[in-house]
Amino acid sequence: MGFAGRSIISLHDMTAADLEVIMDTSGRIKAGRETGFLQGRTIAVMFFEASTRTRLSFESAIQRSGGTVIGFANPASSSQSKGESFADTISTVTGYCDAMVIRHPVEGSARLASDIASVPVINAGDGANQHPTQTFLDLFTMKESFGRLEGLHIGMLGDLKYGRTVHSLATAMAMFGARMTFISPHTLQMPDMIKRELSQAGVSFREVRQPEEAGDDLDVLYVTRIQRERFGDPQEYESVAHSFRVTADTIRGLGGRVLVMHPLPRVDEIAEDVDRLPNAIYFRQAHNGIPTRQALLGLVTGGLS
Amino acid sequence: MTERAYKVYSISSGTVIDHIPTPLALRVVEILGLGNEGILTIGMGFTSKRLPEGKDIVKIENKVLTRDETDMIALIAPEATINIIEGGKVIEKRRISLPDGIRGVMRCPNPNCATNVLGAQRVFGLASPEGPLYRCRYCERTTKVEPDLLITSAGI
Ligand SMILES: [Zn+2]
Repeated sequence: MGFAGRSIISLHDMTAADLEVIMDTSGRIKAGRETGFLQGRTIAVMFFEASTRTRLSFESAIQRSGGTVIGFANPASSSQSKGESFADTISTVTGYCDAMVIRHPVEGSARLASDIASVPVINAGDGANQHPTQTFLDLFTMKESFGRLEGLHIGMLGDLKYGRTVHSLATAMAMFGARMTFISPHTLQMPDMIKRELSQAGVSFREVRQPEEAGDDLDVLYVTRIQRERFGDPQEYESVAHSFRVTADTIRGLGGRVLVMHPLPRVDEIAEDVDRLPNAIYFRQAHNGIPTRQALLGLVTGGLS
Repeated sequence: MTERAYKVYSISSGTVIDHIPTPLALRVVEILGLGNEGILTIGMGFTSKRLPEGKDIVKIENKVLTRDETDMIALIAPEATINIIEGGKVIEKRRISLPDGIRGVMRCPNPNCATNVLGAQRVFGLASPEGPLYRCRYCERTTKVEPDLLITSAGI
């Protein structure tokens, strides 16, 4: 399926071929071979909940491609605070723009917007459900680093139960035949729903409790935050958070060549001594949000093909 | 008992839903939304070889249910069988299977789902016949079909 006019709501709507197109286009943009493709186009960026970095990344992507941004940064400044329904807001704004980017705390809000809008909708996060552009930039960063995704061994560490980022990443990596190792405390392990999906796709994965059990052939260690709120007992949180803290020693224990990724913001789950190692690619990963979001907006508005 | 019931309530045209495990007949009627459509006969607690706990029968006079409609019954009573009657004869014996999609009659248990918060239509797609599990079109969570998620004519 082509991209022009298409809404981007969930990884579950996408094929490996779609993801290849997004990664290839992102690469061309990053290399400076595509410019000005949003000229004359207006993109509505509507954030019904605050997420400063994601919003800035989208707005920068639009402006760097020559497009114009309209929208709002938080619900207090939107007409929703005056009681207008979500559906009415979408029905109105669809007439003001060529595509819309939506962040909303309710799961399924972006899908609902795409049912109503006559322009493409890009999901910039719908509650605990999906945040597909995060996954696109993760995939692009890995492809950029290894030249391929097929056969990579990815370790995912941290809160795998509630982390939508790792759920989408697992869904996407399954399409490319990656191997996966899930590293988490028992209470925060990957949900059965995702594991069932992986088994059905014939993907090999295993679950371990500590980073050092992941073996020495990991290509990527994808770290996510463990939130204090998930633990009733503060002492239990401290001990789990400590044993899941990635340090330069952790990297050496994993064979020394593993690349470390993180969706950011981090708190203290990656020690600062890791920042100086060539293994740390999380800031490049965040910067790659620009070309991937440029690529997506160019593709869905028909500015790029 | 079974024999007498068939004779007394036999219909000359319409749909007979047989082998509904007791006491699910009323739920079957609700899930089909058959409140005000012609003469409805409900028999409950018949003995059955296939269903040792007893079976219920629902007969709908002068209305032939579509396959999409009868497949909805599989959500709560997969054992049920369908006979379509015309001119006093059985013209079709139908097996039911799980519907590929469910619209309207099931609610999503996720309180933060657009179907419960923003007024999105309730739509599910079959995720796995084991369970069975259905995936919400909006929040994308999979849910086992449970009787208390099914919406009755009374609301929920
Ligand atoms: Zn839902």
